[in-house]
Amino acid sequence: MSWDWNVVDDFMPRFWDGVLVTLQALAIGTLIAFALGLVWALAQRSAQAWVRWPVVAVTEFIRNTPLLVQLFFLFYVVPNFGPSMSPLTTGIVGLGLHYSTYTAEVYRAGIDGVPAGQWEAATALSLSKGRTWRAVILPQAIRRVVPPLGNYVVAMLKDSPMIATIGAFDMLGEAQAFSNETFTTEALTVVGVAFIVIAYPASLLIRALERRLVR
Amino acid sequence: MSADTNPAENTELLANPPVDGSELIRFDKVTKRFGDNTVLDRLDFSVDSGKHVTLIGPSGSGKTTILRLLMTLTEPDEGTIRVGGDYLTHEERNGKLVRAGEKHIREVRKNIGMVFQQFNLFPNMKVLRNITEAPVTVLGLSKDEAEQRARDLLELVGLTEHIDKYPTQLSGGQQQRVAIARALAMRPQVLLLDEVTSALDPELVAGVLDVLRDIARTTDITMLCVTHEMSFARDISDQVLMFDSGRVIESGPPEKIFSEPEQERTREFLSAVL
Repeated sequence: MSWDWNVVDDFMPRFWDGVLVTLQALAIGTLIAFALGLVWALAQRSAQAWVRWPVVAVTEFIRNTPLLVQLFFLFYVVPNFGPSMSPLTTGIVGLGLHYSTYTAEVYRAGIDGVPAGQWEAATALSLSKGRTWRAVILPQAIRRVVPPLGNYVVAMLKDSPMIATIGAFDMLGEAQAFSNETFTTEALTVVGVAFIVIAYPASLLIRALERRLVR
Repeated sequence: MSADTNPAENTELLANPPVDGSELIRFDKVTKRFGDNTVLDRLDFSVDSGKHVTLIGPSGSGKTTILRLLMTLTEPDEGTIRVGGDYLTHEERNGKLVRAGEKHIREVRKNIGMVFQQFNLFPNMKVLRNITEAPVTVLGLSKDEAEQRARDLLELVGLTEHIDKYPTQLSGGQQQRVAIARALAMRPQVLLLDEVTSALDPELVAGVLDVLRDIARTTDITMLCVTHEMSFARDISDQVLMFDSGRVIESGPPEKIFSEPEQERTREFLSAVL
């Protein structure tokens, strides 16, 4: 089988549609994962057992079940009793929710890594709880966890094709559909390259950020 | 630096409520255990306002625990602590003594400042903000007022030119002087000093002690000091308390404790550290 650039040309319009879906899923999914993960991490440290306990249970459950099952559940089961969302929205929520349980662990480790002396200094200065978190603990914790958080962005990119299973056609979904219709394989190669083109600069960015933040 | 600063100016800078020599801190039968280890055993002692008191004794004798109890970093198992007449971790409600709420503890705690062995500056903030953070957000000072106060204090500790640096850009001795300024910016009635030179390289100790001597000499802030620097203790103290096994076994003015201690245990300890 030989390489045919005409096939690549034919694929391009759908490819760009797929890229748009992938990037949307990645960008918004990342925002959800980063924000929600922090909420989980803080809730897990709550003094109130009735806050702590359900959050631990839910995050453990989500972290220990497959993303694919969660996507199916969100798309096919949830509409029976809850909101019905488009395939793309469902995919983004699914990715963000799934990865938020991982980022929660990362934040937790970062918070635990802030020396006890920082809490004590905040107490000695009578800083309020909220001020201690916002001005002292979180800035130090988050600085520590940028590299591992960044790794999860790359991992999420690599998991993003799963949303095609509920009909949100990302680049790989588009490529697969195109290949099946045309009995060609070029589109799959194009997408493979596209993943590297997105992921590698992302890794470099994370490393650069890491060098800047760790001092 | 600060050696020739006018004392009157400093008193202004660190204005406390007027010092009348009345009792400021009182421990009543305070017991503190860590597991099976009783660190403080029904400890009674008091400190009058404006006094500089040094706690000495072998490690593990409970000196640091006393400072941590006062700073509410740890809680007594039994007994009560009063600061300026107010209970620190308790409140009187309907004539009964109950555990105090967070708000009450914060109010009483505002009168107390602490300098730690490991400095504990906030590494994510520049020197200036380390000092202004609490005065602005806790005392409600305006940014300008707080920055002016910070500048005055940095001058007092001789670090004016480092105002825009991050703590990690400073030596240990400089960091500790910033930590002293940060504690004083809250204008506490009581300053707790917890082995403030123990983590410093030997050549940096003198600079920090000079600053503290200066503050002790020119202000009427009450100081409670745990230290192994006996000559410093002798210089600044009005009173020295010798601790052993969670109790005060001897106390008195430094001349007496250091020159003619009554207890054999004190003599042993002093000959070991001097």
